Amino acid sequence: MALKKICGIETEYGIIHQGVEEFNPAYSSSVLISAYLAAQESEHPRWDFNDEMPGNDARGFSRTDVLSPDMHPQLANAILLNGARYYVDHAHPEISSPECGDALSAVLYDCAADVIMQRSMENAKAVLPAGEEIVVYKNNSDGKGNSYGCHENYLMDRTVPFSLVAQGIMAHFITRQIYCGAGKVGMETVGEEPTREGFQLTSRADFIEEQIGLETTIKRPIINTRDEPHADYRRFRRLHVIVGDANMSQVATLLKVGTTAFVLAMIEDDFLPREIVFAHPVAALRNISSDLSLAEPQQMADGTQATALDIQWEMYELSRKFSELGGLEQVGEKSGQMVLDRWEQVLTGLEADPMSLADQIDWVAKHRLIAGYRDRHSLSWDDPRLKAFDLQYHDLRPEKCIASRVGLEQIVDPEAVLVATATPPRDTRAYFRGRCLEKFGTHILAANWDSVLFDTDGDSRITLMDPMQGETEELARLFDMCETPAELLEHMGGKHV
Amino acid sequence: MSDTSRKQINPQTTQPEQQEDAVAASSTMHDELEHILDEIDEVLEENAEEFVKSYVQKGGE
Repeated sequence: MALKKICGIETEYGIIHQGVEEFNPAYSSSVLISAYLAAQESEHPRWDFNDEMPGNDARGFSRTDVLSPDMHPQLANAILLNGARYYVDHAHPEISSPECGDALSAVLYDCAADVIMQRSMENAKAVLPAGEEIVVYKNNSDGKGNSYGCHENYLMDRTVPFSLVAQGIMAHFITRQIYCGAGKVGMETVGEEPTREGFQLTSRADFIEEQIGLETTIKRPIINTRDEPHADYRRFRRLHVIVGDANMSQVATLLKVGTTAFVLAMIEDDFLPREIVFAHPVAALRNISSDLSLAEPQQMADGTQATALDIQWEMYELSRKFSELGGLEQVGEKSGQMVLDRWEQVLTGLEADPMSLADQIDWVAKHRLIAGYRDRHSLSWDDPRLKAFDLQYHDLRPEKCIASRVGLEQIVDPEAVLVATATPPRDTRAYFRGRCLEKFGTHILAANWDSVLFDTDGDSRITLMDPMQGETEELARLFDMCETPAELLEHMGGKHV
Repeated sequence: MSDTSRKQINPQTTQPEQQEDAVAASSTMHDELEHILDEIDEVLEENAEEFVKSYVQKGGE
């Protein structure tokens, strides 16, 4: 049976530092993060690079020239009480969410990350000289050919060959953009004709150049092969997904993660009745991104043609059937049901009238507004005001953010989001990491996804090799009972959770 | 879920009523859009050209 689809989202935010002549984005990111950490009462131990191997390839080989983002030891890199990692990745502030038990939980922690970013901007403003401000954008490109990612991660069974995963998920990654694209004014592909309408469904399609590969910064692939499970490598794989956009819409995030979890669970259970293979995957991904009518068929490898909607309806119908045969267990009962209902409703809306989804889907909301603004001021598609509009859709400052003004539906409780900024999910190993931080923060030397290192004598590293291991009565009792990490280690009677 | 069920439109609504509803909904949506655009006109960065030009990022990931 498929493994429970533990998942997470890593977002690299765009950053600008206002009020200075020039700025170093890595340094400004560090200032932003440090200002947030300093404003918290809790301890935030350093990140432990012990298990980082970004050069390992799921196709069975390893490269040594791919480096961890440990650019500079003085750049901020911390673990938060909710189990997330908050750090400087290359030239961006990044939050990697804690491991989440289902798509709905991933939405909650994605929203919590945005709140942490908003607080960070306020905290930084308070410590920066008057007239300076650091601003972050939850988007994926600067409109000039530079992209940064919003990656997803899914727990997979190592016994399922990677080639099957790659073949099975490719068509979904090419077509899911019709509801999880964040929308973009213009295009950034050198040497190609401008998009038909000056607007496309996704921010990332212009940057995807290969079908499959290890790269994330150049020649980006649809399927990324990084093989770094951050867990027991004999049992688990972590599918690292780089093809998606960062979403402002909670519904889009739910669908992005939730539908992908369904398709991956079906691959693991060998439930997909046929292979869906595009004749030209990269070209299809880009064509679909630039076809706002959603009607243009793509050439398939078997000689037939299909639209992205055709393929999404097929994935949806299969997922519905899979859930009726017990598949909801792998994607979470409540979340899975919600994903299925919303998936059907959104595909129906896209087929009938995409504009009916302006309160749910980012590219629709953005396109409706930008087209309205363009008409109102009689602007051409290359007018800088439209590009400014696009950027500002993703501005996380409440007083400037456009996305927060367009009535996007909220599916998670705002109060629960605030709680999630400082509380880990209870149904994954993030629970253990978060509770350790809350209770023994001053005694943690370092921590990462799969271990916590205490300052006690002797071997004081506890490993967390199973991402599915959440709260248990025994663990909760131990955290209540133990006053020191030494007691915790002693009572646990081992170094594994 | 079958193809027929997903394409079903509320069968109780008669056609003229549907049209009236559609016109009313379209008009409400238009007003709402105009209202949002008014608000956006106020918050949009004043010097769009300069803002767009200065928004330069390094690649990440």
